[in-house]
Amino acid sequence: MSDPVLQVADLDVRFGDVRAVRGVGYEVRAGEVLGIVGESGSGKSVTALAVMGLLPPHARVTGSVRLRGTEILGAKEKTLTAFRGRTISMVFQDPLSALTPVYRVGDQIAEAVRVHQKVTAEQAMVRAVELLDLVGIPNPGQRARAFPHEFSGGMRQRAVIAMAVANDPDVIICDEPTTALDVTIQAQVLDVLKKAQKETGAAIVMITHDLGVVAGFADRVLVMYAGRAVEVGQVDDIYYRPRMPYTMGLLGSVPRLDAGGRRPLVPIEGNPPSPAELPPGCPFTPRCPMAIEACAEAEPPLEPVNGPGHLAACIRAEEIARENLSPAEVYDVAGEVRGRHAATPEPAAEPAAGPAVRAAPTPREGREVVLSVADLVKHYPLTKGAVFRRRVGTVHAVDGITFDIRRGETLGLVGESGCGKTTTLTEILELTKPQRGTIAVLGRDVAALGARDRTALRRDMQVVFQDPLASLDPRMTVYDILAEPLRTQGRRDAGTRVRELLDLVGLDPGHAARYPQDFSGGQRQRIGIARALALEPKLVLLDEPVSALDVSIQAGVVNLLEDLRRRLGLSYLFVAHDLAVVRHLADRVAVMYLGRIAEIGDVERVYGAPMHPYTQALLSAIPLPDPVKERSRRRILLEGDLPSPAHPPSGCRFRTRCPKFKALTDGERVRCVEVEPEVRPLDVDQGVACHYAEKLEVV
Amino acid sequence: MSIADEELAEQVVKIKAPSRGRVVARRFFTMRQGQLGFALLALMFLLAFAGPHFTHWTYTDKDFAAFLRPPSAEHYWGTLQTGADVFAVTLRGMQKSLIVGLLVAVVATTLAAVVGAFAGYFLGWTDRVLMWVVDLLLVLPSFLILAIMSPLFAGGAWVLFVIMLALFLWMITSKVVRGMTVSLKEREFISAARYMGVPAPTIIFRHVIPNMSSLLVVDATLNVSSAILTETTLSYFGFGIQPPDVSLGSLIADGSKTAVFAPWTFWFAAGLLILTVLSVNLIGDSLRDAFDPTSKRGS
Amino acid sequence: MAGFLVRRLLNYVVLVVVATSLAYMLAASALDPRANYEGRNPPLPPAVIDARLDELNLNNRTPLLARYVTWAGGVVSGDFGLTVGGDSVNDDLRRRAGVTFRLIILGVFFGGFLGVAVGAYAAVRQYGWFDRLTTIGSFVVLAVPVVVIANVLILAGVWFNGLVGERIVYVSGEYTPGLDAGLPGQALDRVQHLILPTISLSIGLIAIFSRYQRNMMLDVLGADFVRTAMAKGLSRRAALTRHALRTALIPAVTYFAFTFGSLLVGATITEKIFGWHGLGEQLIDSINTNDVNTVAAIALLTALSVLVASLLSDVLTAALDPRVRVG
Repeated sequence: MSDPVLQVADLDVRFGDVRAVRGVGYEVRAGEVLGIVGESGSGKSVTALAVMGLLPPHARVTGSVRLRGTEILGAKEKTLTAFRGRTISMVFQDPLSALTPVYRVGDQIAEAVRVHQKVTAEQAMVRAVELLDLVGIPNPGQRARAFPHEFSGGMRQRAVIAMAVANDPDVIICDEPTTALDVTIQAQVLDVLKKAQKETGAAIVMITHDLGVVAGFADRVLVMYAGRAVEVGQVDDIYYRPRMPYTMGLLGSVPRLDAGGRRPLVPIEGNPPSPAELPPGCPFTPRCPMAIEACAEAEPPLEPVNGPGHLAACIRAEEIARENLSPAEVYDVAGEVRGRHAATPEPAAEPAAGPAVRAAPTPREGREVVLSVADLVKHYPLTKGAVFRRRVGTVHAVDGITFDIRRGETLGLVGESGCGKTTTLTEILELTKPQRGTIAVLGRDVAALGARDRTALRRDMQVVFQDPLASLDPRMTVYDILAEPLRTQGRRDAGTRVRELLDLVGLDPGHAARYPQDFSGGQRQRIGIARALALEPKLVLLDEPVSALDVSIQAGVVNLLEDLRRRLGLSYLFVAHDLAVVRHLADRVAVMYLGRIAEIGDVERVYGAPMHPYTQALLSAIPLPDPVKERSRRRILLEGDLPSPAHPPSGCRFRTRCPKFKALTDGERVRCVEVEPEVRPLDVDQGVACHYAEKLEVV
Repeated sequence: MSIADEELAEQVVKIKAPSRGRVVARRFFTMRQGQLGFALLALMFLLAFAGPHFTHWTYTDKDFAAFLRPPSAEHYWGTLQTGADVFAVTLRGMQKSLIVGLLVAVVATTLAAVVGAFAGYFLGWTDRVLMWVVDLLLVLPSFLILAIMSPLFAGGAWVLFVIMLALFLWMITSKVVRGMTVSLKEREFISAARYMGVPAPTIIFRHVIPNMSSLLVVDATLNVSSAILTETTLSYFGFGIQPPDVSLGSLIADGSKTAVFAPWTFWFAAGLLILTVLSVNLIGDSLRDAFDPTSKRGS
Repeated sequence: MAGFLVRRLLNYVVLVVVATSLAYMLAASALDPRANYEGRNPPLPPAVIDARLDELNLNNRTPLLARYVTWAGGVVSGDFGLTVGGDSVNDDLRRRAGVTFRLIILGVFFGGFLGVAVGAYAAVRQYGWFDRLTTIGSFVVLAVPVVVIANVLILAGVWFNGLVGERIVYVSGEYTPGLDAGLPGQALDRVQHLILPTISLSIGLIAIFSRYQRNMMLDVLGADFVRTAMAKGLSRRAALTRHALRTALIPAVTYFAFTFGSLLVGATITEKIFGWHGLGEQLIDSINTNDVNTVAAIALLTALSVLVASLLSDVLTAALDPRVRVG
C-alpha cells in the first residue's frame, strides 16, 4: 500500500473554552475514500475546516496535519495557499452560497486554474470549459458564461467540484456535498465525484450525516460523536459488526427504504451533548443503553476490536464483540416501545376514533373520506429581477392532481423540490376556492365556505411544519404556544389541555413556562405536534416534519407520529422528500413530478414494484445504509435537471429525462410527446401516469 | 464562522429559562459600551432635571450686572450677551431636547412598526398605498416643510413640532419593517397561527411586531438621537423651538457668534449636546448587540 | 422592461407633482410676504402693497387655489415665477445650482469612497487598533450635528490660521472676489475655500458609510464563497478584495439613496454657515424673507434630485449585481 497522502493526528479545535474537536486522527491514501459520519454538533465539519486551515482566526487549533509528509498546521500563509486548491481541495455543503454571486461561473473556475498554473487567461478559460464538461454540465462553453444564480443547485455543486479538481489535487475533502440536493441529483453528483476521483486518483474524505451515502461510496468509515472519533473501521465492519453502542444506535435509527412492514425505529434516547458542557467520562454515557458506572469515570480511548483495522472507543466493546450483539439486542427495541406506551395514560380521544381504529381491519372503501382533492390546479406568476421586477411567465406549480385520504390513513406525498408537493399542502391549508378543481375537507367543499365555517373547519385540520424552530414563535412560552389555538377557537380550559398535550407528546408538563429555544430540535418538533393536536383535529397535514432533525432524534418523532395516529385515529397527509421515512409512516403514497402525480398507490406495492419510470429512478437513487446491497445495486441515473415548472414539456412531463422514453421507438414516442398521461389504475391500489408502465424492482 | 456556530447551536439549555428581557439586559450591562452609554445618559437626565435646583437663576432671568461674563461662583457657566445665565438656559435647552427626542422616537417608531407591518403583511393594494405615502414623504423635503411650518410652533405648540418631526423620521424604518414582515410572514409560526384561524390584525400585533422588537428598540434609540440632531439644526436656524423657550440648537446658534472670544457661550451647549447624542448612540449600538444572539461581544 | 420603466417614471412624475404642490400650498399659506411690506417706514398704502403682491402672485387675499393655478401654469411652461425682490426665480436658482452641485459632488466623492474604504479595512482587521479608532471616531462624529461641526471647523480654521500666521484656509465664501492671481492662483484660492466646507459635508457621510460598510463586510467575511475562494488557493487578501469587498459593495450603493436626503440637508447647513451662495443658503434665506416661489422651486428641485439619486442607485446596483439585472 502507498504512503498516506493526508495524515491527521491529535487534532484539537477550541472556540474560547469550548472544545469542538477533541483529539481526532485519521489518514487517507491515494485513491481511498474515507467516510466521516456524525450528527450535527459532532465536530465533523470543524475538523475538515481545521485541516484546510480555513477556520476563523479566533479558533485555536493544535495537533498535526501532514500533507504528503509536510506539516501544514500553523504553516505560513504562503505555504498554505500553495497547497490549498492544488494538493488539497474542498467541496462545500451549500452550493447556493459557495460561489461568488457577482462573477461568472467560468471565471471562477478559471481563477482556480490561474492561481496555481502559469497560463494565460484564454488557456485558463479553455480549461474551465473542459472541467465543466468533465463534471457533466451540458453545453459547457455557453454555461461557463452564466452567473451562479442562473445555475440549479446540482449544477452549482458540479461547478464547485470542477473547481476542486481543477489542479489535479491529491486529497479532496467533501463536506456534506449532497445534503442540500435532491436524491436524483445527489446520485448524479456522487457519480461525478466518483468520476473525478478516477480521473485524478485523489483520496477523498467524505463528511456526511447520511449513512446511506457512505455505505456505497467509502472504503473506510470514521464515526464521530461529541468532537471525537468513537469508531473507525472498514465500511463492512462498521455496518455489519459495529462495536460502539452509538454506531449501533445510529444504524438502528435510520429508516430503511428496503424494510417492508411497519417496524418501529430505534431512537437513541436524549440529545447529543453540547460541546460546552460534556458529561464526565464517555460523552455517550447518558444516552447509552449499555452504560455502567465505569463509563462515567474516564473517557475510553480508541482501541482495536476484532482485528487491527477496526477501532472502537467503548469499554464494553470487547464484550459486544464476544457476544456479537446486534443493535436490536443492545437497544431492546420491543421492550422500549412497550414501556413507553404503558407509561402514558390513554388521553381522551374522539369517541369515534378510539384505539380500535387500525388501518388494516376496515377495508379502505368502507371508511369515511377525510380529504379529497380533485383536479387541483395552482399557477402563479413568475417574476424576474429584484429592482426591475417584471412578469416573465407562469409557474405551473400544481397542474391537476387528484387524491383522497380516508379516516385513519396516512398518505405520503413525495417528490423532489419543485414538484409541487408543498404548494399542494398550502392550497389545502388555505381553505379557499382553488384556481381549478375542488378540495373537500371532511366532505365539505372549501369553495363554498363562509368565513365562520372556515374558522370552524380549521379545528379539524391542523398542520405540523418542517422547521421546528421556525414554526414556534420564539417570543412565546410553550404554554402560550399551545394555548393559542385553544383561545382562538374559544376554548376556556386551556390549562388542563396544555398539560394533557405535553404529556401526550412525551414532554414534561412542568416545562410549559419555557421558551422554544430552550428545547432541542426533537423536543421542539414535539411541541409543534402538540399544538397541531390541541383542537383534536381529524386530519393533520405534516410538512416534512422530521427532515430538519438528526437521525437519532428523527426516529423518536417518527415513532410518536405513528403512535398518535393509531391511538387518536388521525389521518395524515405526509409531505416529504425522504422516501425511506414515508415507507415507515405511510399507508399509501403519491409520487409527484412537475406538478402532476406520476404514481399513486399502496406503499408496499409502489415501493415493491414501482411502475412509473420516475418512481423507479427515484427509488433507485436513494442510497441504502447497507454496503453489500449498495455495491450490487443498479442505479437508474436521470439526465439533467428538473425542467422549469414555467415551461413543462409537452405531453408526458417526464419524457425529457425518462430512461424508458429513450428506449422507445419513434412511433411509440409520439404518444409521450403528444398525450399527457392520466393516472390509470393498473392494480388493486396502484395507479400510474405512464403510457408504457412496467413493473420493475429497484430497491 | 457559520459552521462553528451551527455546530454549537444544537445544544440543550438545561438551566431554568430566564426571560428574554433579562437575558438582553444582562448582555447589555456586561458591555462596557452599554454601561458607559447608560451611565452617561442617566447623568445627562440628572443634570437636566435636577441641575436647575442648584441655582437661583431661571432660564428667563437676565442679570443686567453681568453681560458675557466667564464662569464664576455666581454664574457657574458664565453669562450670555443678554445677561442670561448659561447654566440655567443650557439645562433648560437640554430638558427640551431630551423630551422632544424621546417623544419623537416613540411616535416615529410606533408609526413605522404599524405601517410597515400592515404593508408587509397584507401586500397588494394596502402595501402599494402605504408605500406610496412613504415614498412621497421621502421625496418631500422634510427640512423645508418643518422650516416653513416653524411659525406655527410658537407659543407652546411644541407638541405639534414633535408630531411633525416624527412624521418625517419613520419612513426608512417602516421600509425595513415591511421587508422584515414579508420574510417573517414566510416563517412557519405565522402560517401556523393563520391556519388555526387567528385574525390578521391579531397576528400582526401578537406575532409580527413582537418579533421585531429588537429592531424597533434599537431603532427607537437611534431615532432619539436623530430627533435631537434635527431639532438642534432647525432651532439653530430659528425654525424649531421658538423664543422665549430655548433649545440647545438656538443656544449653539447664539453661542457660535461669540465662541471665539467667549468660549463658554458655545462649548457648554455644544458639549452637552454631543455627550447626550453620543450616550444614546452607544446605548443603541449595545442594544443591537445584546439583542443579536450571534454577536460575539458581551457574555 | 420598457413598460416597467415607463410605469416607474410615471410614478416618479406623480410623486414630484404631489410633493411640490404640497410644498407650494404649505409655503403659500404659512409664509406671509405681506409682512415684508407692512412694517415699512413710511408705511405703504395697502393698495400699493396689494398691487405689488399681485404682480408677484403672492397676494394672500387671492384664493390659494387661484394662486396655485397661476403658479402651476408657469411651472409647466418652465417658469418658476418671481422672487420677493421681483427677480426671476429661474435666473437666481440657475446661478446657485452649480455651487450646490459642486459641493455635493465633492461630499459624495469623499464621503462615499473614504467611508467604504475605512469601513472595509476596519472589518478585515476587526477589533484591531484601526477598527477601534474608527469606531470611536465615527461614534463621536455621528453625535455632532453639522451645525456644530461647521462652527467648530471655523473656530479651528481661525485658530490654525492664527497659529501659522497666514490665511491658509478660508472660512467664508467660495472664492475671493476680485482676486487677480491668474489661473493657478485662482485655483489655489478655490481649494483654500473648499477645504473646510468639504470636510464639514463629508465627515458625517464617512462616519455613516464606514459603519455600514463595516457591517456589510463582516457579513460576507464569513460567507461560504469567501471560504471557497481561499480553498482554491487565493491568499486571504485576494479573497477579501476580489470576492468579499466586491460583493459587499452592492448594499452600500443601495444605501446611498437613503442617505441622499440627509446629504441635501447637510449641504444646506454647510452653505449657510460657510457663506456659499448656493441653493441651501437661498432656501433658508427665502423662508426668512417669505419668498414662496423660491421655496416651492427649491422643493421641486429637491424632490427631483432625491428621485434621481434613487434611480441612480438602482442603476448602479443593477450594474454591480448580476442577480438583479434583467435577462
